[in-house]
Amino acid sequence: MAPDTSTSMISARGLRKSFGDFEAVKGIDVDVRRGEAFGFLGPNGAGKSSTMRMVAAVSPVSDGELRILGMDPAVDGPAIRSRLGVCPQEDTLDLELNVRDNLYIYGRYFGMPKKEVRERVDELLEFVQLTDKADAKVEDLSGGMKRRLTIARSLVNRPDLLLLDEPTTGLDPQARHVLWDRLFRLKQAGVTLVITTHYMDEAEQLCDRLVVMDKGLIVAEGSPLDLIREHSTREVAELRFGVAAEGGSHEAVAEQVADLGDRVEVLPDRLLVYSADGEEVVAKTLERGLRPVATLVRRSTLEDVFLRLTGRTLVD
Amino acid sequence: MGASTSRGTRAGTPADGRGDLPLLVGIARQADYWRTAYQRTWRGSVVSSFLAPLFYVVAMGVILGGFIEGDPDQLEGATSYLAFVVPGLIAAHAMQTAVGETTYPVMGLIKWQKVYDSMLATPLQVPHLVGATLAFVGFRLVTTCAVFTAVLAPFGVYASWWGPFLAFGAQVLTGMAFAGLVYGFTARLRSETAFGVLFRLGVFPLFLFSGAFFPVDNLGAVGSWVARLTPLWHGVNLSRMFALDNVTWWLAGVNVAVLVALCVLGWFWSVSGLQKRLVA
Repeated sequence: MAPDTSTSMISARGLRKSFGDFEAVKGIDVDVRRGEAFGFLGPNGAGKSSTMRMVAAVSPVSDGELRILGMDPAVDGPAIRSRLGVCPQEDTLDLELNVRDNLYIYGRYFGMPKKEVRERVDELLEFVQLTDKADAKVEDLSGGMKRRLTIARSLVNRPDLLLLDEPTTGLDPQARHVLWDRLFRLKQAGVTLVITTHYMDEAEQLCDRLVVMDKGLIVAEGSPLDLIREHSTREVAELRFGVAAEGGSHEAVAEQVADLGDRVEVLPDRLLVYSADGEEVVAKTLERGLRPVATLVRRSTLEDVFLRLTGRTLVD
Repeated sequence: MGASTSRGTRAGTPADGRGDLPLLVGIARQADYWRTAYQRTWRGSVVSSFLAPLFYVVAMGVILGGFIEGDPDQLEGATSYLAFVVPGLIAAHAMQTAVGETTYPVMGLIKWQKVYDSMLATPLQVPHLVGATLAFVGFRLVTTCAVFTAVLAPFGVYASWWGPFLAFGAQVLTGMAFAGLVYGFTARLRSETAFGVLFRLGVFPLFLFSGAFFPVDNLGAVGSWVARLTPLWHGVNLSRMFALDNVTWWLAGVNVAVLVALCVLGWFWSVSGLQKRLVA
């Protein structure tokens, strides 16, 4: 099944990556189309970053087939990378250079003429709201500003495809929202985004379509809404019990509420009862004489999908 | 804003074409990086590169040398200890400069600042990174050795007008031979602690016993032959023969061949080391 190269930005078939005896990616099929925001969701160690490094045409493919922008990374690495923007998990900015020089020098690596890079740098500083920091040293920037600078740097060559590896890890909530806003604008401008994240809210905010990865394999694929609809219920009732009061453990309580929802998950500190109507679950729990110390009814999220598919939570 | 898909002149393609980027093109694209990086460190490097060896020359060449009889038979043809020690000292200093530039700074590019990682996300490839870094080391060697030579020329340590030029070439070649070898070593290191061993058991003994400060014949029959097998001796000997206008041409040929072979070996050793390290 040859993918249509005019719209296919990334196409992988049976893609594998091993390091010695360790297999980080165990054969995945992925198609990313032009203009969409595509996510790799999974816990640390799921194989997301290894996949990203192969897609970035930096890390050689161990087995399987990979085409990026219709080209083979083993043969056309430089040509592929000239059309990619890469925002790595760890900032790789030059701390001793100022903000402007970081962007300028990076543009020169792509062979862009000096004048064009200078214009592009001003444009990008404006876009990531760092114009007034242009002459500041990178060392003196906040974490969120450094992240925005890294994103600006990844855009210097006007990429067709932007790869973002854990773009908001380690940022405070406000900085994350500023960043999401910038990424959303890029998406609206037609840039294809590929994002890895272990934050379900990030995936829900940004991704049109995503794959859930676990232990080197893809365990589910679809839009955030479809995945939630397919693998979870509409609502979740979270019940937290005082452990001593209710028979010694959440497992013991779980048996008493098992029939109230489609499914019950036992977490170390609480029970999750999956049901179309969370309020009803709470009411019936109280009717049975059980006394949770705290209750919360919420909509299902990708976190619940992940829990269902892997039996584990995303962020340990 | 037209952040991305708007087509201005696009970077990279199509000028790049498919396949690998030519070596010199990739190196040239990093010129702005190295120029900017040097602009922020050159003051420190001026002090360490020019003043330290000058102290050596004053202390060892002039003052210590004052106690040593200027006997050409004892000093490989030099008429003073200063004339004997200067060409060897510059060659040894070239080695130290090269080692200095290819240990901690290269570890920084690989591991601490990860500048190489960011470069590899662009069309640049490992040979371009190695090439540009070694070109910068070459620049440092050329400037350091040239200033050193210019400062000492008036002291009458060179026996001919062409001697300083050939000696200078020998010194830069010596530095480059070490640059490649040590770069490849650094690329394979996980931790910088091994640099201590390299300095104490590698660089320091070479500096002292490779003929820079005294003729290696003083090391005894075995010792002198061991010294002649070290890369630095080839550089010191070549540099001194040219400076003193006392050239044994077949020996100069051997010296050059050894140093050039080490440069070539160092290049492949460096590229393969960085490739294994960063492109896993």
